[in-house]
Amino acid sequence: MTDRIAEMFARTRAQGRPAVIVFAPAGWPEIDATVEIVEAALAGGADAFELGMPFSDPLADGVTNQAAYQQALAQGTTPRTVLEAAAALRARGVRAPLLIMGYFNPLLAYGVGRFARDAVDAGVDGLIVVDLPPGEAAELEGPARAAGLHLVYLLAPTSTGARIRAVAEHAGGFIYCVSVTGVTGARQELPEELTEFLGRVRAVTDLPLAVGFGISTRRHVEAVGAVADGVVIGSAFVRTIADAPVGERTERIRAFLGELTGREPGRIPMAD
Amino acid sequence: MTTTRLPDAAGHFGEFGGQYVPETLMPALAELDAAYAEAMADAVFTRRLDGLLRDYVGRPSPLTFAERLSERVGFRVYLKREDLNHTGAHKINAALAQGLLAQRMGKRRVIAETGAGQHGVATATVCALLGLECVVYMGAEDIRRQTLNVFRMKLLGAEVRRVDSGSRTLKDATNEAIRDWVTNVRTTYYIIGSVVGPHPYPAMVRDLQSVIGREARMQMLERAGRLPDVLLACVGGGSNAIGLFYPFLDDPVRIIGVEAAGEGLQGRHAATLNAGRPGVLHGARSYLLQDRWGQVLEAHSISAGLDYPGVGPEHSWLKVSERAEYAAVTDAEALDGFQMLTRTEGIIPALESAHAIAYLPKLSGELGADDIVLMNLSGRGDKDMGTVADALAVTI
Repeated sequence: MTDRIAEMFARTRAQGRPAVIVFAPAGWPEIDATVEIVEAALAGGADAFELGMPFSDPLADGVTNQAAYQQALAQGTTPRTVLEAAAALRARGVRAPLLIMGYFNPLLAYGVGRFARDAVDAGVDGLIVVDLPPGEAAELEGPARAAGLHLVYLLAPTSTGARIRAVAEHAGGFIYCVSVTGVTGARQELPEELTEFLGRVRAVTDLPLAVGFGISTRRHVEAVGAVADGVVIGSAFVRTIADAPVGERTERIRAFLGELTGREPGRIPMAD
Repeated sequence: MTTTRLPDAAGHFGEFGGQYVPETLMPALAELDAAYAEAMADAVFTRRLDGLLRDYVGRPSPLTFAERLSERVGFRVYLKREDLNHTGAHKINAALAQGLLAQRMGKRRVIAETGAGQHGVATATVCALLGLECVVYMGAEDIRRQTLNVFRMKLLGAEVRRVDSGSRTLKDATNEAIRDWVTNVRTTYYIIGSVVGPHPYPAMVRDLQSVIGREARMQMLERAGRLPDVLLACVGGGSNAIGLFYPFLDDPVRIIGVEAAGEGLQGRHAATLNAGRPGVLHGARSYLLQDRWGQVLEAHSISAGLDYPGVGPEHSWLKVSERAEYAAVTDAEALDGFQMLTRTEGIIPALESAHAIAYLPKLSGELGADDIVLMNLSGRGDKDMGTVADALAVTI
């Protein structure tokens, strides 16, 4: 079975650029908007997509995502509709890595083993469960491994050496390095602690490192790309969708990613 | 029976508890675990805590034999008077100790979530006492129900941050407090108000609240010459209940927790252990009110302090291991209990505690005149005057 995530990082490394991973809540702004949004992001230059699986109490997300999750839930989004969106993307020929990012309780309610199998059947490559550190993940790791689903873990600048080693031992696909405080839109320089933090993670793992640090500009992508294998674009992308007038969403997404990836929007064929 | 030795090192009570949190918080939890263990092993720290519990909080709290109430229900009822603590509820016990711990850890900023406002007031009080910066998250709905406590917190110098997300109650205030902690973890101490949250909170808050049960156990032996037959306490998150129960876990004593059945278990309620199923919320695995997809349901209770869709993981463990029973009484029954204690004993209870009182008549058929029920009167009712007046259709 092909490993789409490993293939992506091999390709972007060969191209000398960071993989651009985009996040948005699934089932939002309309319950059936996900396919269009993912395809527009990939057309704009994104290399992979993280589908946010809505949860009523997303305590690691900010207000923007929380509001989007609430709206998605009110519109009837469930783990099943999120998996259906992934399956629909695969049926339409999308070959980029697809990940699901969410919280543990909906997985528990669905049944972790069944979810892992159904996710792989739907064409999902990896799972990021933000409130499931490795110490609690045993019951998900077995089924995920059996199904061929990567479990992607997070690390933070506050992580100690022992935590970094523990996460590196369990991680699959890549390691998602997040910030404590984020960078503001106005910030142009990388926080010094990011380089130091990534160095500490690099020292103990060969897995690709993707960074989610409130990245919102081309300069952020370039700066982070110099020290990491991938960048995750979350809230800036969600705001782009939220602010797009009806009918202009696809164009806005392609323009936003075209600028962030340094490509002309719409001119570049979809990553294969 | 190893019940009293739980949780294990990773914070598990059987299948419950644990640390289901974003990675950002894992180092902070380890730091807290170590700092708490160190502090409790330091005689200087524990002497200061014990001194303040005595001279500032007013401990030990009295044990009151409720004579007219006993006549009414047909067995002997003793009340552990946490309502007489400084700030009017048991919450100060854990808030004071954690304030001292924050100070010891060099964290100058304290955050808390609050439902009824009792924990917020306790935290604001401790921060005023110790000169710490204090931010309290409170749901907009609870701010409306508990205006008096909001004013008290502000007078004490705390900043009360209104939470408008979700059900706009305790669960959402807790989400916001955790978000704040994730963002400011290096400078901030989070004082959780109940035996909920990730390890070490459930064990730490239990140990700090166990002063209730330790005192009550000694007082019972002194006053009645024997242990009680039944322990009774209301359960929202469950800190006053576990504080009473824990020192009795190895004793031959029946233990009953009373949840909020709200409008009834078929309608809106907060009876997590009676009507929920295991899940993960706010960092721990425990019983949870949730829909079939694992989305957390909004709880309802006339009592803001019980209006929470989760429950402390140790209560889930005590339920499945059958060491404790969990019942539930409705809003209407709690109001009856509220009035019964007020009229028979001249004690106006908090609406939370009124749930435990309301369960007393239900024991009448099972207990005889010589049987003893030890009930935790976890707080006083001043804060609930507006709610009770509304419910009784009285204009103040």
